[in-house]
Amino acid sequence: MRPLTEEETRVMFEKIAKYIGENLQLLVDRPDGTYCFRLHNDRVYYVSEKILKLAANISGDKLVSLGTCFGKFTKTHKFRLHITALDYLAPYAKYKVWIKPGAEQSFLYGNHVLKSGLGRITENTSQYQGVVVYSMADVPLVIPPVSGCGGIQTCHRLQEPHT
Amino acid sequence: MEGQSVEELLAKVERDEAEKLQRITVHKELEVEFDLGNLLALDRNPPTGLRHAGSTPEAELRALARDNTQLLINQLWQLPTERVEEALVARLPEPTTRLPREKPVPRPRPLTRWQQFARLKGIRPKKKTNLVWDEVSGQWRRRWGYQRARDDTKEWLIEVPGSANPMEDQFAKRVQAKKERVAKNELNRLRNLARAHKMQLPSTAGMHPTGHQSKEELGRAMQVAKVSTASLGRFQERLPKEKTPRGSGKKRKFQPLFGDFAAEKMSQLELLRIMNSKKPQLDVTRATNKQMREEDQEEAAKRRKMSQKGKRKGGRQGPAGKRKGGPPSQGGKRKGGVGGKMNSGPPGLGARRKGGQHQGRKRRK
Repeated sequence: MRPLTEEETRVMFEKIAKYIGENLQLLVDRPDGTYCFRLHNDRVYYVSEKILKLAANISGDKLVSLGTCFGKFTKTHKFRLHITALDYLAPYAKYKVWIKPGAEQSFLYGNHVLKSGLGRITENTSQYQGVVVYSMADVPLVIPPVSGCGGIQTCHRLQEPHT
Repeated sequence: MEGQSVEELLAKVERDEAEKLQRITVHKELEVEFDLGNLLALDRNPPTGLRHAGSTPEAELRALARDNTQLLINQLWQLPTERVEEALVARLPEPTTRLPREKPVPRPRPLTRWQQFARLKGIRPKKKTNLVWDEVSGQWRRRWGYQRARDDTKEWLIEVPGSANPMEDQFAKRVQAKKERVAKNELNRLRNLARAHKMQLPSTAGMHPTGHQSKEELGRAMQVAKVSTASLGRFQERLPKEKTPRGSGKKRKFQPLFGDFAAEKMSQLELLRIMNSKKPQLDVTRATNKQMREEDQEEAAKRRKMSQKGKRKGGRQGPAGKRKGGPPSQGGKRKGGVGGKMNSGPPGLGARRKGGQHQGRKRRK
């Protein structure tokens, strides 16, 4: 277990900033306690100072996880965000996409969402923007990878053949 | 009264003198032997006083020690003295007693390779004369060393042998040969030493060029050879398909686990600030949107012209024109992304865009 190096922090922040933008500093600098990022076995954990002190008493090979896993660094040092980060990213998300209840189930099983299944979408979402997908009951579902979202413009464009 | 005190004083002085003499002179039955070179006094008198003392012999022992030391110092005062840097110093004679060994006897060393060979063959060292007759200088010179009899290095003329390349430097060749001989000798000496101490030479750490070496040994030898350069192997040429060796840099150092949390936070916030400042204002998106809008406006203009022409021509193309008019108007309503930086974009642009549309509309059908 160790803190992240400069390079690793930069890569991770760049990834997370795609979803929450400048709200990232609210994650770093929290009023209700000191939270920090720690790396263990290539996975990044977001953990409070108190829990970190407890976890330090466990030997490295026996330690499985601590705090919340935000994601992991791949072999080529790219950062991949995990679903376990959803609870922390959803409240700060800048661009949100709501899905209708009918399309929600299909989406959760891995299919694409058609335009008809799209409930709401934040204004000014550009193509390839990082978004968080919600159900209509405002329950955050997913953080899809950035290439998955088409953006408002393509939404508008795609409407033409329908009419 | 004064006379009495004077007499008393004299008596006292006499008594003091006697005491001093008594202190200095020590009576011993057997003479004490001295080795002044080692500051040694040897007392062979039987220690009857000590036997009588019984359980607490400290006082007797102290008295004995005092007596013997007094005798030793009396002897030291009789030595010839000299003055060294404002101090009176007695010059000690040579020590007579032979002290025992401090360290154990050295083990016999293993024989060197030459010694083993000589023993095997029965070769004895030939006795050589110290001086040799030197014809050139006409005098007896030593066999080797300074001003030796036949000095190779002092020759000013070397004949080129028939088989050698005429362009070769014979002097340099001689010097090189000497260096090689010296190096070989040194290597053999070190090898003998290593064998004696049952160690291996640090230069050949476990690597011995026999004809039959395993793949691992060869790989190791190759690796060592590669790294044994001034740049530690960084700029060595590689075979066409050989990869760069990983992990040849310094070992990384990480921050401690419980470093200063505040400092960590500060550095992360700083990093975020730099990242935010470096992000461009999404010029690319705005440029593309501008381009697309212009294209759409052109198209819209064209459609209008065609629809006008169509009206003039009798409206056959009218519906078509109307149909075609549909999409451009919708396209005109397009907001398109000036990403998340809508606020930072010029207000004129935003205003023009939003003209004639629903504000804050989120729902698209």
